[in-house]
Amino acid sequence: MKLVTAIVKPFVLEDVKGALEQIGVLGMTVSEVQGYGRQKGHTEVYRGAEYSVDFVPKVRVEVVADDVLADKVVDAVVEAARTGKIGDGKVWVTPVENVVRVRTGERGTDAI
Amino acid sequence: MLNSGSTTWVLVSAALVMLMTPGLAFFYGGMVRSKSVLNMLMMNFIALAVVGVLWVLYGFSLAFGDDIGSGLLGNVDYVGFGNTVGRVVGFAGTGENAVPWPGPDGIPLLAFAMFQLMFAVITPALISGAIADRVKFWSWTIFVVIWATVVYFPVAHWVFSFDGFVAADAVGGWIANATKLGALDFAGGTAVHINAGAAGLALVLVLGKRRGWGKEPMRPHNLPFVLLGAALLWFGWFGFNAGSALAAGDLAAVAFANTMVATSAAVLGWLIVEQIRDGKPTTLGAASGAVAGLVAITPAAGYVGPLGAMAIGVIAGILCALAVALKYRFGYDDSLDVVGVHLVGGLVGTLLIGFFGTTSVNSLSVDGLFYGGGLTQLGKQATAAFAVLGYSFVVTVILALIIKYTIGFRVTDEAEMTGIDETEHAETGYDFSTLGGSTGLGSSRPPAHAAPVPVTAGKES
Repeated sequence: MKLVTAIVKPFVLEDVKGALEQIGVLGMTVSEVQGYGRQKGHTEVYRGAEYSVDFVPKVRVEVVADDVLADKVVDAVVEAARTGKIGDGKVWVTPVENVVRVRTGERGTDAI
Repeated sequence: MLNSGSTTWVLVSAALVMLMTPGLAFFYGGMVRSKSVLNMLMMNFIALAVVGVLWVLYGFSLAFGDDIGSGLLGNVDYVGFGNTVGRVVGFAGTGENAVPWPGPDGIPLLAFAMFQLMFAVITPALISGAIADRVKFWSWTIFVVIWATVVYFPVAHWVFSFDGFVAADAVGGWIANATKLGALDFAGGTAVHINAGAAGLALVLVLGKRRGWGKEPMRPHNLPFVLLGAALLWFGWFGFNAGSALAAGDLAAVAFANTMVATSAAVLGWLIVEQIRDGKPTTLGAASGAVAGLVAITPAAGYVGPLGAMAIGVIAGILCALAVALKYRFGYDDSLDVVGVHLVGGLVGTLLIGFFGTTSVNSLSVDGLFYGGGLTQLGKQATAAFAVLGYSFVVTVILALIIKYTIGFRVTDEAEMTGIDETEHAETGYDFSTLGGSTGLGSSRPPAHAAPVPVTAGKES
């Protein structure tokens, strides 16, 4: 099993969600995060005083999938999130040792 | 004789001006960081409570009692609002030295007292923006008590107390009356705005900068609040300025129109400066420009024509937009630009009466330089402006030093970093958390002072 973590632009969330549903992903966890990569931040001006905003708002999407689906998840996210401009984000995959569904106690891929 | 129309207008105006203080609280509150929004609101709100009490006890009397000599302070005739019921303001309204409102009919002295109370409330509230995020709440409250007593009440007497205002032999303050200085200040450019701006500067210099000023980003946390607050101020300011005519008549309409046009022009002036200097017109700039225009037209509202008001507004919008940068040049942390907006805007309006004043709108006005008058009035305006500025600044410095070295004025560094809402008020402005059923993480227990809950509570009997 894999955990696919994607950091994407907030406005592509709906597209990413739609793409994941299409390939059969049943659930995901989404959080609002802030950070920067090569995009860096931006500058805001208040009464003439400049503030550099270093951390840009992003959305983190986390999906746990079995090994076969994980590659498709990555492709779906990348395709849905790409605008071709700097700041599109990152996707990474990490191995997951075990998963438990709280309600039933099922373990492993049954719990996904 | 009471004039019912004028009485109504002044009472309504008093309520309008009352709304300005909560409006100001939101104007300021939106500009601070989210960790100190409640403290900012409270610094304003407490002024309603404190000055509302002081005014009845002795404030109104010190400001509007008969002069005790030299036009510096009123007497104690109205202590506890004694000798006020049944008295009429404005019946002596004829002749050269008359009150600046026309007609043989007047308004109840208590209506006038309530209207003026709201000015006394908002003036110390205005100061709070200069020292956002860093002072102990009770020290601030004590400051308001003493500052209102030794600065505002006397200065209000100088500026707003007219000879003959309740009786032919009533004697007023030294700035207002032609027998003494005879400077023009329709609704408080000196007594309210220069006064608050100078006090704000004094406090900032005594208290010092916030931790991290100039390094950490301290951007406004809620600009919609700022714009909403500015709009409430604009609305209430019609009471402030047009109400200062103290009669429902021509002069109130003139002041109303001038208030509108000056504010509109100031918004444009500020935004044009921003477009040229920063490349973008901002929400904060629009709100600030409106307040700058309102401040500047305050002293002039009943003494200039609509085009003069427009000129004053646009000049104030441009100059205040430039003046807010001064704190970075000179290195003082006037958090929300009380100096740049209220001191500078107040000076602009007070001095420009010397240029744009015209007797065509008000026989008690004076023709300024652009209307065939000389420089005499400008000199009087400058004397009044700098007298109030100097008095307020010096007394505030002394008062701030006394508080600083006795009970302490600033919160600890740690409290400042944690957030003053939490350390001074034990509250949080916003709870957007969904953890634990939207109450945030933690548990609750009944207040320590409440009776213990019976063990049967919550069980069915």
